[in-house]
Amino acid sequence: MSTPNLQINQTPEKLELHFFGAFTLHTIAKYSAQTDRLNFKRQSLIVNLENVTTFDTAAALFIHNLQMKADSSTLVSQNPKVHENLLLVKNQVSQVRLQQEEKRKSFLYHMGKRVEDFLIDFGLFMEFFGKVFFSSLHYLTHFKDIRYKEIAFEVNESAMKALWIIALTSFLIGVVVAYQSAYQLKLYGANIFIVDMLGISILRELAPLITAIVIAGRSGSAFTAQIGAMKITQELDAMETMGFDPYTFLVMPRIIALMIALPILIFVADVMGVFGGILVSYIDLGISSHLFLERFNEVVAVKHFYIGILKGPFFAFLIASIGIFRGLQVKDNTQSIGFNTTKSVVASIFAVIVCDAIFSIAFTTLGM
Amino acid sequence: MKKIIEVRDLKTVFGSRVVHDGLNLTINEGEIYGLLGPSGCGKTTLLREMVLLQEYAAGSINILDNNLKNISYQEAQNLRQKWGVLFQSGALFSSLSIKENIALPLKEYTQLNQKIIDEIVALKISLVGLKQEDAHLFPSQISGGMKKKAGLARALAMDPQLLFLDEPTSGLDPISAREFDSLILKLRDTLGLSIVMVSHDLQSIYDTLDKMAIIDNKKIVYEDTLQNLSSSESPFVQTFFKERL
Repeated sequence: MSTPNLQINQTPEKLELHFFGAFTLHTIAKYSAQTDRLNFKRQSLIVNLENVTTFDTAAALFIHNLQMKADSSTLVSQNPKVHENLLLVKNQVSQVRLQQEEKRKSFLYHMGKRVEDFLIDFGLFMEFFGKVFFSSLHYLTHFKDIRYKEIAFEVNESAMKALWIIALTSFLIGVVVAYQSAYQLKLYGANIFIVDMLGISILRELAPLITAIVIAGRSGSAFTAQIGAMKITQELDAMETMGFDPYTFLVMPRIIALMIALPILIFVADVMGVFGGILVSYIDLGISSHLFLERFNEVVAVKHFYIGILKGPFFAFLIASIGIFRGLQVKDNTQSIGFNTTKSVVASIFAVIVCDAIFSIAFTTLGM
Repeated sequence: MKKIIEVRDLKTVFGSRVVHDGLNLTINEGEIYGLLGPSGCGKTTLLREMVLLQEYAAGSINILDNNLKNISYQEAQNLRQKWGVLFQSGALFSSLSIKENIALPLKEYTQLNQKIIDEIVALKISLVGLKQEDAHLFPSQISGGMKKKAGLARALAMDPQLLFLDEPTSGLDPISAREFDSLILKLRDTLGLSIVMVSHDLQSIYDTLDKMAIIDNKKIVYEDTLQNLSSSESPFVQTFFKERL
C-alpha cells in the first residue's frame, strides 16, 4: 500500500492532480492546503484516482468541489466504486442547499425573552397551584381517595431517613452559635444570658430555617428528579391514559407527607440545637445543665417553640410544591432534569427565606 | 471473501443466568448480516459485546483482525472510528442539535475545517433523507423516525467500514421503514459497507439481509441465507417464518 500523497502537474492549458494511497477524511485536510493555492480558472482539470486505495464520501465531496471550480474536468479511474461514490455525492449535493445561519439576536430580544419566560413560568406555577388546591378540596370531600400508603411511605422517606442529618446539623449549629455568643458574653460577665439568647434564636428561627434548607436540598431535589424521570419515560402520560390522576397519586401525597414531616424534624432540631448549647455552656462558661434548664424554663416562653413548629407546614408546602412543579416542567431530554433540579433547590430555599421574613414581621406586629 | 467479524465459542453470563454458551458466527465483508431470535435470547447483548460495551465470560470475538478480549486502549479507539452504531432510539446527544451531533466525530477526530465539515454534514443529512431545514433542531424537537435517521447520519459521519444497527426499522411507519431498507442497500452497494443488524421486521429481513444468524437457546441454531431456511427445525424458525416456509 502506498502512502497517501498528492502530485500536482500544472501546464498552461491543463492541471493534473494525481492522488495516491488512502483518500479519506483524514487526508483531505492536507490535500486542501495544497489545492487552495491553485488557480482553476480557464484550466482543464484532470483528476487521476488510478492509484487510490480507499475512497470515502468525504473524498468524493472534495473531488466534486474541485470539479465545480474548474471549467472542464476529466476523471481517470478504473474502479467502479469510485465512480459510484462520486455519482452518489453529486446526486445528493444537487439537492442540498446549505441553510443560512440564524441572525444574532439583539440584547433587547434576549431581555424580552427572559421576561416572557418568567411570566410563562409564573403562569404555569399558578395553574399548578390551582390544581393542587382542587385536589386538596377533593381529598377533603372524598376521604377514601386519600393515598394513606403513599403518604406514609413519603413520610418515612423524607422525615425518618433525614433524622440523623437534621440532628447532626442542628447540634452543630447549636454548638457554633453558643460558642460565638459565649465569647462575647464573657466580656460583659453576662454568662447566664446565653440561655435567653439560644432559647429564642434556636426555637424561633434557626431550627425551622436550617431544617427547611436541608430538606429543600434533600427532598425537594428528589421530588424534581423522580417526577422528571417519570415524565421522560412517559410514565405520567401512561398514568393519565389509565385514568390515574397524577395529582392525587403523586403530587398530593408528597405535599402532605412533607407537611407532616417538617414539624417533626423541627422538633428534633430544637432538641439537638439546645443540647449543643448546653454542652458549650457547661464547657466554656461553667453553667451546669441543671442551671441552664432552670433558667430556660423561666425566660423562654413556650410561644417561641410553637411559632417555630408552626412554620414547618408552610415551609414544607413551599418546598414540596416547587420541587414537584419543577419536576413536571421537565422536557423530553436528560439535560432538563439537571436544569430543573438546580432551579427547584434554589427557588425553594429562596421561597423559604422570604416566607420566614414575612412570618417574622407578621408575628412581631401581632405582638408574639 | 474476507472475514470481518468472527465469533468463536462465545459465553456470556449475567449472575447465574447463562445467555450465550458456545456461540459461533462469521460475518464476511460487504454482507448485510441479521441477528434474529426470540426476545430475551441475547441479540442486543451480542451486539453490545461486539461494540465493546459489554464484557463476555469466555470465547473470542474478532473484529477487523482485533481480538476484543485483550485489545489495548489505543487499538480500541482506532477500531471505534471504523464502525458506526445506531441505537434503538437513536441515542442522540440531547444538548446538541442534529447538525452538531453529526459533526461531533468529524470535529473530534479529523483536522477538517468548519466549511468542509458543514458540507459533509449536509451531505449525510440528505443521504439519510432528512431535510436541511431540520438540521438545527434538537433531539427533543423531532419525531422518533427522524431521530433514527439522524442517528444513522451520525453513525455514517466518519464513513465507517462497519455499521451496527439495533432494530433500525422498529417504531418507523411502513413507508419510512422500506425507505430505510433501500437506503441500507444503497449504502452497502455504493460505500461497500458491511452491516450487522438486529431486526424483527419481517419485510426488512426479506428485503435486505444477505445472511442471517438465528440465536435460540444460547446458541446459533441457523446461520445461512434466507433461501435455505426451510432446512432448519428450530421451533422459532417454524413460527417466525411460517408464511415463508
